[in-house]
Amino acid sequence: MNLEFTYTVDPDDFTRAGEASANIKKKLKKMNVPHEAVRKVAIAMYEGEINMVIHANGGNITVFVNEDSVTMVLADKGPGIPDVEKAMQEGFSTAPDNIRALGFGAGMGLPNMKKYTDEMKIDTVIGEGTTVTMKVNL
Amino acid sequence: MLISELLEKFDERFEIVNRSDEAGETEITKVFCCDLLSFAMARNPAGSVWVTVMGNVNTMGVMALTDGGAVIIAENAALDENAAKKAAEQNITVIKTSLPVFEAALFVHNLLS
Repeated sequence: MNLEFTYTVDPDDFTRAGEASANIKKKLKKMNVPHEAVRKVAIAMYEGEINMVIHANGGNITVFVNEDSVTMVLADKGPGIPDVEKAMQEGFSTAPDNIRALGFGAGMGLPNMKKYTDEMKIDTVIGEGTTVTMKVNL
Repeated sequence: MLISELLEKFDERFEIVNRSDEAGETEITKVFCCDLLSFAMARNPAGSVWVTVMGNVNTMGVMALTDGGAVIIAENAALDENAAKKAAEQNITVIKTSLPVFEAALFVHNLLS
């Protein structure tokens, strides 16, 4: 089994944010991927999707599925992350007030993504964009 | 206790906005209270009854992705139109109440114990 799915994340559209994660969750469930792994992928990808909507004017997500793992590659052309170490700290957030009013911006996005995946890598260039690669082992 | 059994025990202080087709199969695991969606995303246990004042579309997103059992919107907080629509689409049980978060959660907790 070697499958690939791609999604486009629209900028500033909170009514649709989470659709890609919900879709991949449904697909993995149909493939009989273990329940806990599906939950991990859905949570990590949702956080990434929300980050792309809040900070990066959307972007693209590619998900690779094989027998051993699910790998998500979230690529955006946003402003980049100036201090990755700081961004990884729980509670650190640069989200604006209107985002906080929606219940986000608690500074849990990246820490949650790390917590729920087995591997996570952040490649970021200021002014060019960020690519987050996350892997959940099956 | 199943979600469907819980729904039958609610009195007039609770309004069932949407009922999942799976309410008769979903066993309640825990009562969970939180208003920050990122915290809820990480910590809402599958099968939980989640009590919150956040009634927007992303609340339903978190419910769907964490496999929550039911969500109670407390304090008469607004459930916006998009959220109600998404609840129906995603088959999520949603209840509204004028009770504060703690009292709504305690009511469910007492029914469970």
